[in-house]
Amino acid sequence: MARVVVDVMLKPEILDPQGQAVQRALPRLGFAGIADVRQGKRFELELEGPVDDAALARIREAAETFLANTVIEDFTVRVEPSSAGGAA
Amino acid sequence: MTLDTVKNAEQTPDAEQPWAALGLKPDEYARIREILGRRPTGAELAMYSVMWSEHCSYKSSKVHLKQFGDKKPVTDALLVGIGENAGVVDVGQGIAVTFKIESHNHPSYVEPYQGAATGIGGIVRDILAMGARPVAVMDPLRFGAPDHPDTRRVLPGIVAGIGGYGNCLGLPNIGGEVVFDPCYQGNPLVNALCVGVMRHEDIHLAQASGPGNKVVLYGARTGGDGIGGASILASETFDGTKPSKRPAVQVGDPFQEKLLIECTLEIFREKLVAGIQDFGAAGLSCATSELASGGSGGMRVELDNVPLRDNTLSPEEILMSESQERMCAIVEPDKVDRFLEICEKWDVIATVIGEVTDGDRLEIFWHGEQIVDVLPRTVAHDGPVLNRPFARPSWQDALQADAPTAERLKRPADGDELRAAVLQLVGSPNQADKSWITSQYDRFVLGNTVLATPEDSGMIRVDEESDLGVAIATDGNGRYAKLDPYTGAQLALAEAYRNVAATGAKPLAVSDCLNFGSPEDPDVMWQFAEATRGLADACLTLGTPVTGGNVSLYNQTGDVAIHPTPVVAVLGVIDDVNRRTPMAFAEEGQLVYLLGDTADELGGSAWTQVAHDHLGGLPPRLDLERERLLAEILISGSRDGMVDAAHDLSDGGLIQALTESCLRGGRGARLVVPEGLDPFVFLFSESAGRAIVSVPRSEELRFTEMCGVRGLPATRIGVVDGEIIEVQGQFTLPLAELREAHTGTIEALIG
Repeated sequence: MARVVVDVMLKPEILDPQGQAVQRALPRLGFAGIADVRQGKRFELELEGPVDDAALARIREAAETFLANTVIEDFTVRVEPSSAGGAA
Repeated sequence: MTLDTVKNAEQTPDAEQPWAALGLKPDEYARIREILGRRPTGAELAMYSVMWSEHCSYKSSKVHLKQFGDKKPVTDALLVGIGENAGVVDVGQGIAVTFKIESHNHPSYVEPYQGAATGIGGIVRDILAMGARPVAVMDPLRFGAPDHPDTRRVLPGIVAGIGGYGNCLGLPNIGGEVVFDPCYQGNPLVNALCVGVMRHEDIHLAQASGPGNKVVLYGARTGGDGIGGASILASETFDGTKPSKRPAVQVGDPFQEKLLIECTLEIFREKLVAGIQDFGAAGLSCATSELASGGSGGMRVELDNVPLRDNTLSPEEILMSESQERMCAIVEPDKVDRFLEICEKWDVIATVIGEVTDGDRLEIFWHGEQIVDVLPRTVAHDGPVLNRPFARPSWQDALQADAPTAERLKRPADGDELRAAVLQLVGSPNQADKSWITSQYDRFVLGNTVLATPEDSGMIRVDEESDLGVAIATDGNGRYAKLDPYTGAQLALAEAYRNVAATGAKPLAVSDCLNFGSPEDPDVMWQFAEATRGLADACLTLGTPVTGGNVSLYNQTGDVAIHPTPVVAVLGVIDDVNRRTPMAFAEEGQLVYLLGDTADELGGSAWTQVAHDHLGGLPPRLDLERERLLAEILISGSRDGMVDAAHDLSDGGLIQALTESCLRGGRGARLVVPEGLDPFVFLFSESAGRAIVSVPRSEELRFTEMCGVRGLPATRIGVVDGEIIEVQGQFTLPLAELREAHTGTIEALIG
């Protein structure tokens, strides 16, 4: 089985309240030296069939219309190198 | 790119500037050059373009809004009127209340959740900036057809955004409206109201005076979100909404806003500010120019000191950014340290970014170089004023002539058909129960909510010792306003006024949110002119001044405008909230009285929409003196314990109101059609100036005598009884069947 990862991040200009909350907490907990934090979402999609162009196009469509809110978020799609030894 | 300084602008008068892309018209750009005596710098161009946009300058609406001041009724209840962040009303006992309604329509269509959420955030800061503690919010909403796929995208997002932000902030949402009509498909209306409470002496104004005083920016860091949102989002109609072309909207942080509220209130308590302004549309451009022009005029700002979220922002972008949860205060030098200390305690970033000067110019510096040198008044107040052409639309006469007469639209002919029509009406999306939506809002947090949706008005206790309270209702009927904008706007006011009185409160003041299509269309401009004229005239007659509000134009898709939708909020005061009148018919055996006159008035009615998808004729006639009399009777009846429940009659007519009161109380009613009245007209007509009340038998004589002496028609139409609604000689309807029809609709469509 092949795995495709979709990473969704808020666009750079958009406020990220969660990331800021984490950033504010870090020094309080003794983790110094971190200038900025952005928090996103990661989707791991296990495909039934092979990862071909058609499959990736479908996933991009799913990401654009459903997984990400493209008004405020960007996304990237990448194929995870197979870890189970199966050919992709 | 080199910095466009004032010096540079003087030396390069012919440099090309993107004024058109920023929404300025050729004559406006020429006017800016004339005011400055040179070309504007990039930063100045940014400021003028946002502040002179329709959204900020009210350039199309100003000439009409003037009437709210010119025809202002004499009242001693108004402490602060139009022009400040919000109006302030005296409610007695040294307590003042401030309230305002605003729109966040366009952003909510682009990104429903964040658009609606930041709409709440913005109006709450407006109220806070007056010196008041925000205590409640309300949301009048308009959506497209309930079964349209895009409504399923827009509605849940907007409702979740309102709930998400308001609930996190800990403010009860006590009322509003939900209306569906295909005309709002591409232009949903998200109006948001906030009410706040303070002592008289706590009123704060947006002005920067006292040379040497410091300008403090506090709250969130400034980022690249919503840049140009004010001018681009609100002033242009978007038709091709391809995902990639959508502008980035702002994301709100309610927890930051909560800190900002508590921090600001503590700063007020210690009397540390000389002037204060919230950041709304147009961000820093707006706050600095309005504060400076509200004071003596001089201000010097070092833009480098603005805390940024993104260090790559240009000075123009910093000036235009609409990052949320920010405020600007004017603080005397010896109070700055304490001010910053309080901000630090609340984990709110605060920075001195400039000071008030004894000149009359707003000067802004970046890396030591001057990039802005303007008279602040020219930016904030002397924007363009347009006398846009308007004319009665060519189709208006035909629309009004298409009256819903019995010949034109088939009416229910017998008891069975009436029964079916009732079920169809109360189960239609506009008349159905809205709990699926309103139960997503916290209505009772803070513990002072006396009445909330679906009651006629939301009511809040403002003083826990005396039980003094205020009631607010918002209303607007775009169908009426389309048929006759003058009367339609007055009917919106009358309904809100009636709703406030129905709960036992005395109406005092008005805030309005005027939602219309493009002002460049003479038809729309006529609707706007008529609606404002109608509203101003009616406010004068009813003695309730307009204290502020907002105008939202360009609500149209292509050439098709929304129905003209003036949404009117009325605020009233009640001396003792324990004397409030609820809407529920809960006491078996009490008498049901219909107050007011019923005529065959179905133009624009809910029945014509539900049964025939028809809109034509004239809206109900309005008698403002009658509305005032009805209100006085409802208030007296409440105060003296003569009525146990009251419900105003509006869209859907008597049967709709009766259904709501019976279902809420869990009791049925037996009705008799009054002599001389057609059963259909009795049940479905939407004649104004009416209410139903439930009167204890022991109070009947006293109540009818009061109505008789005052000259208000009061007709006994039945009795609260059993578990069915029976209209004698026509039909019977078990409450269970009514409830099923009334409550399942919204969830089935949207849930």
